[in-house]
Amino acid sequence: MDLLEMKKAHKLLARMDYELGKVEKGYTNRTLYINLSDNTIKTKPVTEQMKEIFIGGRGFGLWYLWNAITEKTKWSDPENEIIISTGPIGGITQYPGAGKSLVVTLSPTTGSVMDNNTGGYFGPLLKFAGWDALEIQGKAEKDVIIYIDGNSGYVTIEEAPLEAVDSHLAAEQFTAMYADSEEDKRNVAVVSSGRGAENTLIGLLNFSFYDVKRGVPRMKQAARGGTGTVFRDKKIKAIIVKYSGVKGDTNGPADKQKIIDAGLRLHREIYELDKVQNRMREVGTAHLTEIMNDYDLLPVMNFQYGSHQDAVKLSSDVFKEYFTQGLPDGCWYGCSMACAKAVDNFELKTGPYKGQKVCVDAAEYETVAGVGANCAIFDPEYVIEANFYCDTYGMDIISTATSMAFVMECYERGIINKEITGGLEIKFGNKDAALELIHQMGNGYGFGKIVGQGVRRMKKIFAEEYGADPNLLNDIGMEVKGLECSQYVSKESLAQQGGYALANKGPQHDEAWLIFMDMVNKQIPTFEDKAQALFYFPLFRTWFGLNGLCKLPWNDIEPADNGLTDEPAKVPEHVRNYVDIFNGVTGKNITKEDIILQSERVYNFQRIFNLRMGYGTRKYDIPPYRFMGPVTKEEYESRAERYDNQLKELGYDIEGKTVEEKIKMLREYREDQYQKLCDAVYKRRGWTPDGVPTLETVKRLGIHFPDVVELISKHQ
Amino acid sequence: MIKVNKEDMEYQEGMTIEDILRKKKYTFRMITVIVNGRVIPKDQHSAYRIMDGDNVDVVHIMSGG
Repeated sequence: MDLLEMKKAHKLLARMDYELGKVEKGYTNRTLYINLSDNTIKTKPVTEQMKEIFIGGRGFGLWYLWNAITEKTKWSDPENEIIISTGPIGGITQYPGAGKSLVVTLSPTTGSVMDNNTGGYFGPLLKFAGWDALEIQGKAEKDVIIYIDGNSGYVTIEEAPLEAVDSHLAAEQFTAMYADSEEDKRNVAVVSSGRGAENTLIGLLNFSFYDVKRGVPRMKQAARGGTGTVFRDKKIKAIIVKYSGVKGDTNGPADKQKIIDAGLRLHREIYELDKVQNRMREVGTAHLTEIMNDYDLLPVMNFQYGSHQDAVKLSSDVFKEYFTQGLPDGCWYGCSMACAKAVDNFELKTGPYKGQKVCVDAAEYETVAGVGANCAIFDPEYVIEANFYCDTYGMDIISTATSMAFVMECYERGIINKEITGGLEIKFGNKDAALELIHQMGNGYGFGKIVGQGVRRMKKIFAEEYGADPNLLNDIGMEVKGLECSQYVSKESLAQQGGYALANKGPQHDEAWLIFMDMVNKQIPTFEDKAQALFYFPLFRTWFGLNGLCKLPWNDIEPADNGLTDEPAKVPEHVRNYVDIFNGVTGKNITKEDIILQSERVYNFQRIFNLRMGYGTRKYDIPPYRFMGPVTKEEYESRAERYDNQLKELGYDIEGKTVEEKIKMLREYREDQYQKLCDAVYKRRGWTPDGVPTLETVKRLGIHFPDVVELISKHQ
Repeated sequence: MIKVNKEDMEYQEGMTIEDILRKKKYTFRMITVIVNGRVIPKDQHSAYRIMDGDNVDVVHIMSGG
């Protein structure tokens, strides 16, 4: 079907013409609000208070959502929103990693607020089109698109019945449809999802960026917590923004030279040092696979183990052979870190697109570790195929992988069988069954309908319907707060157990990754040390999401003399860069301490948001035991020397004890340690012993809005 | 006996920093090695000889993910 025919089938539901805005000091000072239930399109002001307290990006998303819903709102209610915003720094081209979009919604899997940070061009182009944020509420009756023309100044809501839902096609069709020419395609950014978002609770959003060299739109993902499921539930097929004219000063910086200077410092480091540090330009985050394997941190067989002899088959050098063009790839202009890798002309072997040759954005560490090692499938072509289908079906690959690994372990332990799986022999290592399961999830049939609900709901189903032991399921089902764990083994790092389980949205590594500091360097030995790390690093990382920044240029490259500084883990020179670029854009005069303060406001607000939705207290911060230690005999025996020595050092008499008895001893100790960690962290963060920010804390942070005070007063 | 990242490690006559990194499987590239409080540059790791009783810190920088 040709594009003209598709476009002709569009039915205009609403249109708003607007005056083109100008970005001043990183803000346009207005938000585009759309309600799909009644086709409202209107402008909302961005207030000085919003900018002061919430900064932008994730902060704006949380604030809008807070005001849009009540504590009773469910993810599928029309009141739920999807908010997309970059942040004041988002869109600059002088500093690497500055084109991120932040997405906030109420999650189908956690029941609470979810945030995602993704690449692609949408956030910056939205701002340059005149909007700091896009706030979408309501539900359409039929499939619609939202189109924002940032050069002509209008927004439309249109029924769009004929275009594809699956993202690789949707992005291509909408990019071609709204670009005036091949050259113009880089000025179009598309947000889309896929059929899997309709059939699972773990749907994602794909954010496109047009790859001029390859001649295809490529995609980055806002993947966690079912954001795509909300998108398709609202019957949104795509959101398209078009803006041509991106220049170095389109973001309206107050002091451009300050940004240029910081950018030059980092560009120089990257060009000189990346090749001897993480090789991000060469292989992207895939370099982590062999490192995690070496340090016993690579999840193998549903996080039972931390390494595998076949991991070498998924090493970065193996994937490098598949990466095409041999050029560094960036997902926003000016990013010299350029870690986005792709495989061209990949011939699919399964599914609805079998036999077609496609371009796959593959493969990042989470994908390799998740659908690969964690499912014990050490086959790079399977990983690329799974990567493609999860993306185009619009399914979060981390949740897909962790759910599949859980199912595989359940199958091997006899908790589920072929009758339940509909004939699928879903054992570790079975790539055919894994791909079939992905297709079942994406297309909403068979056992895939159950797996697509995620680990938390599967635990309930397996216990209630198949008579499984709920305690064992709780121990091995790797989710916290309803979100599946990302791909690192945290058993030997108490701080990372907290990093995962205390995270506001659930166990995602973008909030804290403390394993090397804790487990390897042993830099944070006391509870107070760990609590300080769990204060500083989650807040520092939160700041990226307020400003439209990527985390990777912070510490996946470092100055040559970083090791000589007082606090190398913080990468002090890069912190200075961030202070400079924030001040350079906004004209303000913040310090490095203000970075933490800005984040602390939003972070505590999000914690209180969890409380408002019925969560946000201590009992929701406790992870399954496998996050903390060995659940099963096989796990213990695989690292028996390590665990035996630890017990002896702790003063336990293990002479003559069975493995089961030793597991129990270790468990009692580690669970107690985790509770003590919570005590220390809550105290450091200014929270009550039950994990609720105190009145004093919210007053100090200036987030003591009446409804916040009323809510937390009940929990003091 | 020497200490590596606060843990005991058997001392062997003539051992170098590179030997320690290999033995501990410290393959990550972004590390700083500090022996008795002094940073040892990377280009000296293969030649720098550790003495019995030395305190070696191998600081991995990546804060990950």
